[in-house]
Amino acid sequence: MKSVPDAKEKPTNILEWLISNLAGLFISVAMPIITFGVLIIVFKWLRATTPNTMTEKVLVSLVAIVWGVGGALILYLISNKVVEQLPPKWVKLLQPFIFVGPAVVILLWYLALPAARTFWISLFNRDGTQFVGLSNYVAVFTERDMLEAFRNNVLWIIFGASLSVIAGLIISVLADRSKFENLAKSLIFLPMAISMVGAGVIWNFIYEVKDVADPQIGLLNAIMVLFGGKPQAWTALNQPWNNLFLIVILIWMQTGYAMVIFSAAIKGIPEELIEASRVDGANELQIFFRIMIPYIMGTIITVSTTVIIFTLKIFDVVWVMTGGQFGTHVIATQFYRQAFTNQNKGFASAIAIVLLIAVVPVMIYNLKQFSGKEAF
Amino acid sequence: MSKKPKSAKTKSKLGSLLVNGILLLIVLLWTIPTIGVFVSSFRDPFDIQTSGWWSVFPHKEWVKIDEFKPADDLDRDSVMKIAGVSGTFAEFRAGILKPDGEKVTWVGNKRLGMIQIQEKKWVTRTKFTLDNYDKVLSGKKYVIKTSSGATKEFQGDNFSGALLNSLTVAIPATVIPILIAAFAAYGFAWMQFPGRRILFVLIVALLVVPLQVALVPILKDYVKLDLNGTFLAVWLAHTGFGLPLATYLLFNYISGLPRDILESAFIDGASHFTIFMRLILPLSVPALASFAIFQFLWVWNDYLVALVFIGAKPDVQVFTMRLAEIVGSRGNDWHLLTAGAFVSMVLPLIVFFSLQRYFVRGLLAGSVKG
Amino acid sequence: MKTKRYILLSLSLLLVFAFALTACGQKPTEETKPAATEETKPVETEATAGTFLERAYAGEFKGTAVTMTGPFTDEDAVKFDNSVKAFEDATGIDIQYEGTKEFEATISVRVEAGDAPDIVDFPQPGLLKTFVNQGKVVDVSTFLPQSSFDNYNQSWWDMATMDSPTGSIVAGVWQRFNAKSQVWYPKDDFDAAGYQVPETWDDLVALSDQIAADGDKPWCVGIESGAATGWPATDWMEDIMLRTTSLDNYDKWTTGDLPFSSPEVKNALSLLTTLWDDKYVYGGREAIVTTFFGDAPTPMFDEPPKCWLHKQGNFITSFFPAGVQAGVDYDFFYFPPIDTQYGKPYLVAGDIMAMFNDRPEVRAVMEFFTTGASVKEWLAAGGALSPHKDASLDWYGDDVERGIAALVAQSTAVRFDGSDLMPGEVGAGSFWKAMTDYFSGSIDMDTALSEIDASWPH
Repeated sequence: MKSVPDAKEKPTNILEWLISNLAGLFISVAMPIITFGVLIIVFKWLRATTPNTMTEKVLVSLVAIVWGVGGALILYLISNKVVEQLPPKWVKLLQPFIFVGPAVVILLWYLALPAARTFWISLFNRDGTQFVGLSNYVAVFTERDMLEAFRNNVLWIIFGASLSVIAGLIISVLADRSKFENLAKSLIFLPMAISMVGAGVIWNFIYEVKDVADPQIGLLNAIMVLFGGKPQAWTALNQPWNNLFLIVILIWMQTGYAMVIFSAAIKGIPEELIEASRVDGANELQIFFRIMIPYIMGTIITVSTTVIIFTLKIFDVVWVMTGGQFGTHVIATQFYRQAFTNQNKGFASAIAIVLLIAVVPVMIYNLKQFSGKEAF
Repeated sequence: MSKKPKSAKTKSKLGSLLVNGILLLIVLLWTIPTIGVFVSSFRDPFDIQTSGWWSVFPHKEWVKIDEFKPADDLDRDSVMKIAGVSGTFAEFRAGILKPDGEKVTWVGNKRLGMIQIQEKKWVTRTKFTLDNYDKVLSGKKYVIKTSSGATKEFQGDNFSGALLNSLTVAIPATVIPILIAAFAAYGFAWMQFPGRRILFVLIVALLVVPLQVALVPILKDYVKLDLNGTFLAVWLAHTGFGLPLATYLLFNYISGLPRDILESAFIDGASHFTIFMRLILPLSVPALASFAIFQFLWVWNDYLVALVFIGAKPDVQVFTMRLAEIVGSRGNDWHLLTAGAFVSMVLPLIVFFSLQRYFVRGLLAGSVKG
Repeated sequence: MKTKRYILLSLSLLLVFAFALTACGQKPTEETKPAATEETKPVETEATAGTFLERAYAGEFKGTAVTMTGPFTDEDAVKFDNSVKAFEDATGIDIQYEGTKEFEATISVRVEAGDAPDIVDFPQPGLLKTFVNQGKVVDVSTFLPQSSFDNYNQSWWDMATMDSPTGSIVAGVWQRFNAKSQVWYPKDDFDAAGYQVPETWDDLVALSDQIAADGDKPWCVGIESGAATGWPATDWMEDIMLRTTSLDNYDKWTTGDLPFSSPEVKNALSLLTTLWDDKYVYGGREAIVTTFFGDAPTPMFDEPPKCWLHKQGNFITSFFPAGVQAGVDYDFFYFPPIDTQYGKPYLVAGDIMAMFNDRPEVRAVMEFFTTGASVKEWLAAGGALSPHKDASLDWYGDDVERGIAALVAQSTAVRFDGSDLMPGEVGAGSFWKAMTDYFSGSIDMDTALSEIDASWPH
């Protein structure tokens, strides 16, 4: 590594220093400028281009990938280089920001500022013309529709989130010891790959209800009729239990997510560790609870956190299956309804902010985990 | 393995049987809904609406063997005697069993109804067709009457253009956030800096922001930058919306890497940057691959973001828009939806299979001491 | 050593970029963006003689593009494209329509962010009203010639007049409409069974009883429609309201001055309840809320029919099974008057075209929409009715729709779908929800009606 000249030396012989550091100077000044220039030219070109033919589209997406990934890489590289020219104290202070900076900037622009703006709007009336203080929040916690949505979201978290995580964990552990690992995992993963519109149709073939006199085309009702029962409108009637039938869809789709991540984590458990406890006479269940679970605890927390947040935000399953009718509204569908159908921006924003607040406990828990980690 | 005593061997055999058995059961449970739709996607639209998909398997069902009109002078409001059995109208409507196993059923109302003699027979509904796929892939055909009185055929757009657009959107929107997130994840995991905690909490919190709240401000900025309506706009938007999860997931993985690896690298005089590029990225392949799968899926199945930022014009339309259009203003073209669902699944599955091989054991094997 | 390597790496990456640039930059990148994103030029007033439509036909706006969006897709989008094709060919203006399923969300976002398309098709005036209140919509009365105004009944213009920050404006023009006050029946079987088309409410109830006595359920009813579940019930309510109380009361009801808990509305719901009874409805009352509205008429076309009567707007014919013939397999009759003193009103709904960007070619297209020619092909293709006076009855593709158009013209009053006029919270929210909850049996009538009243925004 190039040695950084002492601060004392610098004023005495600027010219010499300059010459000896020409390469460094070039890197710190010219390279960033050239890079930015090229990146901006490509940006402008990408902005102006509307690819039409097949080859153009392929070409343009290739350029975009190179621009995005390569550009990010070069920016990291160069800014890192520039920072490394500085005294070590500064390096230690600034380098982390090179690593997290771009992500933080993008997140600020795309999510944090909009969220702050949402909070601001939530203090105003429906079209933002009058300051109303917290009255939107009062409405959020008192309207019957909203209370119903909160109740349903609790149901979704209790059943949907926990069962997806548990099922994902069990499947990934079982699959890990099975010869058909890849096949089994692929089939469990399959529902994730289906778009919500497609999933809607798939579950219609399970829940669809026809008149008693007609043949049933929904599997569940066909089974009901076979055993002499009456066909049921599973997702519409018997409130609030109809929510459970919607939650099943979420579990079906989300378990694949949990499974993929758990699977990767289980692969990270050193084989020697398991072998050792097996030699010590531990049975499979003991290995699962005493070795595996503690080893992948971090992953379990991560998966649970994300699954809880996905479930908190659950929207499309409800929207596609019932549209929030029959007492199945959740917070996100209420937000959508207030924002777009009712055009009540203030109320909708308050709902979004409540969603943010609801995630605070999850965040606190994560922060505890985070504090336990020691950095360099 | 061979050194193990015999009892342990049979025990492990039993265990593997149990493992495979339970797994099979779960997998079956998970797959039945999909199988139903897969079967349906090859069925005739009329069949789909009138019989369950399982009726493609052999089963017993009542089949009409004879049909005739009831005598006009039959008093329909009292007990009638038809085909050797007697009963009221309501009873005949439900069907009356004859001793020989045949069933006499009144189909229709009292005025227009017919008498059917039915027998239970083995039936297999195997009228399969590739029509649904054809319509999805090559575009719907609309036959429309024109003012001249003639009918004119319009060919709807086909799927291939939309699939290509989806790819054009999805690949950069998957690849770009990964690198940015990996850098950030490393920064949070292994570098000390002021504001580290607060920034990390911010990222976790942003996971929950409904992206709908970001649409208006982002589109406003795009209008100013003259970005709206371009692919670039969508790539950046997906990057922004995908970053919290990417950073969080990768953080979990990267922070879980053994500390000794990094320590020994530092002792060897490596810088953070070198460690990240040479050590962390290669070790994080499973996590990178799993995130790539998810991000690809979300982008691939996204409708709203693409709609807002590039619009629905046929030349830039992504396939979810085509799929929604196929559902139609009618929302009841189930036969097209079934086929469409499978067509749209092909690419995500290819991505899954091709990335699955990176989920391998032993990446850390050489680097962990003891 | 390492620095060298980095420089090499970055240089090579830069090279890749440069290469990619030259490789792709070869093709001249022409500006293909529509004129919409350019600076909106102030429209020169009366620079050339003639209305904007005449100037368009003279070829003045050749090569321009007008962007449009709306909720209709699929077959309807094809029909729309086909009906404006002649105009596009004659004027050289390219009308770029993109339909979307998430219409409400996208249009809200795009208007608020300042990225609105030139013209937007609103299936309900309620949503448009919000944008007019915010001053985002162009007043079409500033440039439309008198001939455009003369081409409609005044009531259409009344319904298009809304409040903006600068006072009352004409917020858009009606391009097509849907008539709702008719009952469909399977004509061939209906005739064969010897049933008679009812002329009065009592006849209708008697017919229902007769069909029930013959062993079938008379009515096919389904109000399931995803997030919009319940809307067909609101159409029923409106039609009954029009037949049991004065037009004045109906108008008050749509503006919130006559509450849902009033005896008039209660009476209407009671009448509807007697008809939507287990003995009258196919599948029983429970099936009403779970049957998709588009599937509801299907049993009517079973051989023999499983239900016989279906009340729905004229658009429903496109949901009928493929191959059924108008006038042979099905026909319609006017939903009969209940109290004859209220005449023979007709309930309609329609699509209003509103303008968000003011450019000469957009004005020309808007003016075009005020002519019957803009829907001529759509009328031939079926599924739409024309509100224009210059549209001829001969243009309709089949006798059924021609018959409906004629009936609307002869009706004693035309009223717009009430739920479309109510604010979104009610007309696209609590009204649907209350009807759904009431008919699924989860709440009683008084609760349903008072919940709607409570949801009315202040």
